[in-house]
Amino acid sequence: MKIHLTSVFVDDQTKALHFYTEILGFVKKHDIPLGGQDRWLTVVSPAEPDGTELLLEPAGHPAVKPYRDALVTDGIPAHQFAVDDVQAEYERLRGLGVHFTQEPLEMGPVTTAVLDDTCGNLIQIATEPR
Amino acid sequence: MPGRTVCPGRGGALCLDLIGKCALAYRVVVADDLFKALADSTRRAILDELAEKSGQTLFEICSRLSMKHGLGISRQAISQHLAVLEAAGLVGARREGRYKFHDLDTAPLRQIAERWPLPRTSGPEESIP
Repeated sequence: MKIHLTSVFVDDQTKALHFYTEILGFVKKHDIPLGGQDRWLTVVSPAEPDGTELLLEPAGHPAVKPYRDALVTDGIPAHQFAVDDVQAEYERLRGLGVHFTQEPLEMGPVTTAVLDDTCGNLIQIATEPR
Repeated sequence: MPGRTVCPGRGGALCLDLIGKCALAYRVVVADDLFKALADSTRRAILDELAEKSGQTLFEICSRLSMKHGLGISRQAISQHLAVLEAAGLVGARREGRYKFHDLDTAPLRQIAERWPLPRTSGPEESIP
């Protein structure tokens, strides 16, 4: 068994595609109309084009909003993405206008920071422990 | 305000007396909250982390306690510790858009130094564990 897909609820798929590709730097993998305005929309890391896909999933279900609002209030990220250098990525993304709720924080072997994906979620970036 | 009913017609003295007692009682309550808040090592660790950087989300406080202090405490327990610190006025919670941040406020500590004043000339430096 393999983990080939994970998902993040997004307020607006078009806006989310822009943020996850143009800002974060992922690339679009699948974009399939599902009827109505919803799309099967996934992105992958350019470093792993055949790796785990991230589904940008519509947040229309009524349970999503209270769940996400509560997490965001407490600063809890929905996902974690690995980067080589958190400080460098923090500066790059800040330069693109990304808002962080937690600045880079070194905690033993791990450095993390938390940003707002503008689609309703907080995302943690982290260096992988070596 | 139960004390107010005895005031009319009795002149100001009783009123002032009651207000004085109320103020004293209030100060005792405030001091109790303050000392209770400080009397716990986890809460002191939270204050240490907020002193290093004010304006942290609950998630960041949890991360710091777990990763830097090796404290295996639930998020719920940390929320309760924060509530005690807020009641003592040592931590203030502020909403900023969709997020909630916690700030350190050391102002209540002043009443300790006012109650037991520090010596004017400082003695030899000692490290406090």
